[in-house]
Amino acid sequence: MNKTNIVIIGAGISGLSIAYHLAKQGEKDIVVLDKGYFTNGATGRCGAGVRQQWATKQNCLLAKKSMEFFENAHNILEYDDLELKQEGYLIVATTDDEVKQFKENVKLQNSLGIPTQYLTKQQALEIVPHLNPNAFISATFNQSDGHLNPFKTSEAFYLACKKLGVTFHFYEEVLSIDKKDDGFIITSNKDSYAATKVVNAAGGYAYEVGMMVDVELPVYSENHEILATEPVEKFQGPMVMSFSKNIYCQQVPHGAFLMGRSDPTVKKGHDVQSTATFLKEMSKTIMDLLPKIGELRVVRTWGGSYNLSPDRQPIIGKTNVENYYVACGFSGHGFMLAPMVGLLMSEIMCNKTPSMDVEFLSIDRFKYQTSFDIEKSVV
Amino acid sequence: MNKKDIIICRCEDVDLQQIHDYMDQDFVTFEDLKRLLRVGMGPCQASTCAHLLQKEIANYLQIPISQVKTHKVRPLTIGVPIKAIAGDDHE
Repeated sequence: MNKTNIVIIGAGISGLSIAYHLAKQGEKDIVVLDKGYFTNGATGRCGAGVRQQWATKQNCLLAKKSMEFFENAHNILEYDDLELKQEGYLIVATTDDEVKQFKENVKLQNSLGIPTQYLTKQQALEIVPHLNPNAFISATFNQSDGHLNPFKTSEAFYLACKKLGVTFHFYEEVLSIDKKDDGFIITSNKDSYAATKVVNAAGGYAYEVGMMVDVELPVYSENHEILATEPVEKFQGPMVMSFSKNIYCQQVPHGAFLMGRSDPTVKKGHDVQSTATFLKEMSKTIMDLLPKIGELRVVRTWGGSYNLSPDRQPIIGKTNVENYYVACGFSGHGFMLAPMVGLLMSEIMCNKTPSMDVEFLSIDRFKYQTSFDIEKSVV
Repeated sequence: MNKKDIIICRCEDVDLQQIHDYMDQDFVTFEDLKRLLRVGMGPCQASTCAHLLQKEIANYLQIPISQVKTHKVRPLTIGVPIKAIAGDDHE
């Protein structure tokens, strides 16, 4: 039995950021447990995009403050190059409803200090000339959105955590958590820990880790697939995205194109297999919206878990079990929100006044409300 | 021979020195090294480096090669253009 202060379950970007920010607050004896290899979960499987163009105020604010962190992350975390590329997200509208919604989004984002522009078709084509002009009506664009390398960002947090004395154990799966009067006993497949506080940052497995202490989180997981092409000379600056056509597609600094879409018929669960349906539908969508990219070869496809909450916004903070905290339900966007999630969690856990209102992130919002401000800007 | 001059992954230009630097930090599986170094992520999808790396990990850990897992194989086996996958619909 190891005596510790805080055990964090999950070494994905959320667990890493929480560990880092707790250590910065001065917390000692932090242990992070992960059941698999480095970035085995959603973080290492994500589309590597970071954006601030959201349809709800809360997501906009979380994303904006997280981007401010990313812009300085190489200094803060003392890491060479996180491959931050701020060449924007170009989100195309393809229906009249989207045109209306996007105008609302731009108003909201501008009011919060996010400098998104509403673009005509011609203006959008100047930024991404290989867009099919017949496939969309108009677009929104924010230059400061873009790309960030999830592996390098995770490594940067990991190394910064190690410097601050955080301990990591990979390939160590938590099997049970027992609540005692003075804390918790966490039993893994290799060891056991006595801790005063526990954080559930288990990503796709947040529900299961919640049930270990009878905290039933309103989340579930589903498979979202991605493909990568061979690397080529740069010809696309921004991430191109469409909610109605169900696609996001960017060229990463390495040269490869990454693209993903969701499958409306996918079943809930932990399956992360690749499917022929995805490959076919993704290819057809590319031929429609960005036909030039059709020349490139697909070298690899993979899947990863979205952990979905009822309003597609994160659930973070306290639970009804004292000293058991949760950060989950990121609905496919945990990577880009991680800096703020880590900071807010550390403030909540250290009983400090949070840097922004956290009421809307609390699990309690689902108890008292029957209708939610559901985030629509999700692929 | 200098470990920096021994290329393990040709597609992503990863050398043996880089592999050893991460193994020294306790990242001793193909899956860990792949994410930290991009080894095996290029156009050939580890068809060259899988066995080289397996051997290096076995040597490093002083265990039989049969106990070293190789990478998870992901589709496609060989690169196929997107427009060919999309089929006739858009030709």
